Amino acid sequence: MTDSSPLRGTPLTRGQMTRRGLGRLALGAALIAAVLTVVEGVLGPLAFLAGLVLVCTGAGRLLWAWRRSKVDLLSWLALAWVVGLGVVALLAPWLPLPEGRNATVALSEPIYLEPLKFSDHPLGTNGAGLDMLSRAVFGARASLIISLTAIVIGVVVGGLIGVVAGYVRKGTDRGIGIVTNAFLAVPPLILLVALAAILDPTMRNIALALSVLTIPSMVRVARANAIAFAQREFVLAARAIGASRARVMLRELVPNVALPLMSMAMVSISALIVAESSLSFLGLGIPQPEPTWGNMISEAQSGTTMYDHPFIVIVPGVFLFLTVFSFNLLGEEAQRRWDPRSVKL
Amino acid sequence: MNPRAGLNRLGELAAVLLLVSFGVFFMVTLVPGDPAVAILGSGKPPEMYEALREELGLDQSVLTRYFDWLGGVLTGDLGHSIVPPQSAVSDRILSALPVSLELAFLGLVVAVVLAVPLAMWAAAKPGGTVDRLVGASTFGLLSVPSFLAGLLLIMLFVNELGLFPRSQWVRMGDSFTGNLEHAFLPVLVIALSEVAVFTRVLRNDLVVTLQEDFVLASRAKGMPPWRVMVGDALRPSSFTLVTLLGISTGRLIGSTVIVEYLFSLPGMGSLVVTSAQNGDFPVVQGAVLVIAFIYVVVNTGIDLSYGLIDPRTRRVHD
Amino acid sequence: MTAASLLEVTDLRTTFHTPRGDVTAVDGVSLTLRAGETLGVVGESGSGKSVLGRSLMGLIGQGPTTTISGRVTLAGHDVHALPARERRRLWGPTVAMVFQDPMTSLNPVKKIGTHLVEALRLHLRLDRKAARERSVDLLRQVGIPEPARRLDQYPHELSGGMRQRVVIAMALACDPKLLIADEPTTALDVTVQKQILDLLARLARERQMAIILVSHDLGAVAGRTDRVAVMYAGRVVETSRTLEVFTRPIHPYSEALLASIPRLDAAPHTRLRTIEGRPPDLVSPPPGCRFAPRCTRAEDVCRTEAPRLRGPRPAAPRHTAACHLPPAATAHEED
Repeated sequence: MTDSSPLRGTPLTRGQMTRRGLGRLALGAALIAAVLTVVEGVLGPLAFLAGLVLVCTGAGRLLWAWRRSKVDLLSWLALAWVVGLGVVALLAPWLPLPEGRNATVALSEPIYLEPLKFSDHPLGTNGAGLDMLSRAVFGARASLIISLTAIVIGVVVGGLIGVVAGYVRKGTDRGIGIVTNAFLAVPPLILLVALAAILDPTMRNIALALSVLTIPSMVRVARANAIAFAQREFVLAARAIGASRARVMLRELVPNVALPLMSMAMVSISALIVAESSLSFLGLGIPQPEPTWGNMISEAQSGTTMYDHPFIVIVPGVFLFLTVFSFNLLGEEAQRRWDPRSVKL
Repeated sequence: MNPRAGLNRLGELAAVLLLVSFGVFFMVTLVPGDPAVAILGSGKPPEMYEALREELGLDQSVLTRYFDWLGGVLTGDLGHSIVPPQSAVSDRILSALPVSLELAFLGLVVAVVLAVPLAMWAAAKPGGTVDRLVGASTFGLLSVPSFLAGLLLIMLFVNELGLFPRSQWVRMGDSFTGNLEHAFLPVLVIALSEVAVFTRVLRNDLVVTLQEDFVLASRAKGMPPWRVMVGDALRPSSFTLVTLLGISTGRLIGSTVIVEYLFSLPGMGSLVVTSAQNGDFPVVQGAVLVIAFIYVVVNTGIDLSYGLIDPRTRRVHD
Repeated sequence: MTAASLLEVTDLRTTFHTPRGDVTAVDGVSLTLRAGETLGVVGESGSGKSVLGRSLMGLIGQGPTTTISGRVTLAGHDVHALPARERRRLWGPTVAMVFQDPMTSLNPVKKIGTHLVEALRLHLRLDRKAARERSVDLLRQVGIPEPARRLDQYPHELSGGMRQRVVIAMALACDPKLLIADEPTTALDVTVQKQILDLLARLARERQMAIILVSHDLGAVAGRTDRVAVMYAGRVVETSRTLEVFTRPIHPYSEALLASIPRLDAAPHTRLRTIEGRPPDLVSPPPGCRFAPRCTRAEDVCRTEAPRLRGPRPAAPRHTAACHLPPAATAHEED
């Protein structure tokens, strides 16, 4: 393939693609530089966003030209964010971060310090002098642990129940169906609020409450797939050699149902993170001073904080958005590969 | 649909509602703490607590209390709040319900009004610039939790631009314009969380429909593109939209909770949250039950109306 | 070309730009059609006949993934030079199309009446009452019993044959001068096929309407068309008066097609004759004659030089075929 022939998937040649990529990159970088120095007010975040998009698409095009085939930069970035965040969150207690949780230790720190001003606190401090970066990282730790625990419980419990319902059918299925529908009959956030009101707000309890939210959908997915797979020959063959029902379910159905379940799980993780942060925002989640993104954002509601110090909302907001966005993107990819029959949003 | 299936459906519906009501009732009994102490305060003589407990019926078994409560519910008596002024739960609900319904309804309407043209515009040239822009922005919007979007909008409108009030509510009966002014931002927040989903699903559906032969046949009749889009493509795709409306009800109710909290609006969501925080369990029971009831009824209604709208699903007697 | 030509196609080329490469589905087709004349376009799947039909109308036109070259003049209009809106005005009153599958070419959520009325109101600007009356009349003309009742029914309430009649009525609504029927009977039962084809022939006679009948079924065009064009791999390989092609084919492909028709009077267990090989990949078609790889009489010149349409028989100058070789000596006695 010569350099003057078009790249795969586009009428542009390598040279043209490189030029376009560089152009976008430059424009994007210029916009971001402008935002960081000159532009203020409402236009600021918008210009920043536009600049970021340009830089990313520019880089994507450069990569396309370099590798001679289209690179899905966004998915890789999303994966990088999620993995990076996960690693940092895991190692949080041992990282050399400024104080983010204990207000007495941070008494001497300046309050409401602006972020990105090259100080000791790269993302600023909140009203109690606690470092925002550290809080965001610990907030990530809380969110990720809670959501992942909830999803694992949801997949395991929901998957098993669904497989039983889908394979055994008849009365059991009917009963499970009614119970599942009963859970689904209550709007998710209401159910969450009700549960949170009863239980103590610990990480374990919130994870449990969230798992109650996901179990019904997992049951549905597992059941539908179990019904479909149960009609295939390999299940019939297992029964024909005398395998018990439990064995058939465990050895034949569960492994096959696992993939669509996983893709459903990937898609649900972001929903759980949103649910958990909403709960924290309402004050029903993990209480202060333990940071979660939700309660960090709700700090801005006191007095005129959100108007005077918008970064109190924006710093955890950006973390929240990037994480949810990345999980959404990865979830869609997972669905495309593992469960193509499901409805696409 | 034939009567047998209809009866079955109704039976399942009743079973689900019963189960929900029991679940709600039972959950509340799990709340730690003694309601009698919560009402009277601590340090009182034990006989007072006993008397109150007997008065509230707390000395009976869970099942008995459940059936008592259920009996009351079926006659319209949802009990009384245990927090002063101890008004009737049904009164509290009746005053909070219109607020939430108005928010939800307006939110849906705004979302549909925004989503339908956007989806049509994007589907007209799949893969084109508009389509990709719409796809990217809706995907981004999907990833912003509604409380965050709400807060950002407040920061934008109320602070920067100085428009629209931050909180409180003006009833429709008192002032129409005042009502709309206070409703604008909350409705916008609610609509935003639905617009993204509606636009994406409708756009996908339209793209598929536009590839059908009858669309080509319509074009071949000389119909202008916008008429083909609205007259031919939109009609079959609207069934998806109707299903979407039903599915989004649950998310909508969640959004109203957040929005009512954000803007301090006296709706059902606030009612549930504050009474949950205060341990006012009769109100929690009643409110959650009413919400679940509405939700289930709406979903069933959507299912049934499907048969009315799509002539293909109607029974054809040849 | 005479001024009486309704349709003049000069070197039409339709190329689709696909990720796999460029596909020239119609590669240099020229033909003419006079008012009231019926032309049959015959070919197997992938021969380009459907694309030809749609390109003639302008339904397939110049776009980001499609390139059209050549000229199509329809009733004096240069179809592909017209702006989109002008082209749309031709669709209905000047030229109309009947599609293959009546189940999918009717909108399942629209009543039959709506399908007809909207075209009438758009092009002829009739009011609702007049449009309805005309629709009833159209349905009657295509042989649908109880036409007034049918107007308020939905497509799924009609049988396949009736649906196709409705589609034909829809096409006729604005009295087009040219009707392009793209495999109008393929999706129907055999008995119904004959009815529909007879209907089309009758309508053409009554209305002095030209018809282009596109089909892969030789039987469909036999006896119902004035002229026939045989297409292969995007090119017209033979064209003549219908009877000529059926009785004295020139091109080896036409010969092979005719020979492959099972005969009612053949002995039992006679092997069906097939054409060896498959149609070429249009992304990289073979040089020279495209049928050469499958032709039993192919010679070297066939593989290097693309043959042009020429009429080798002085007695029938308008019977042309694109073949380097002289026609086979024997004449086939077909009926």
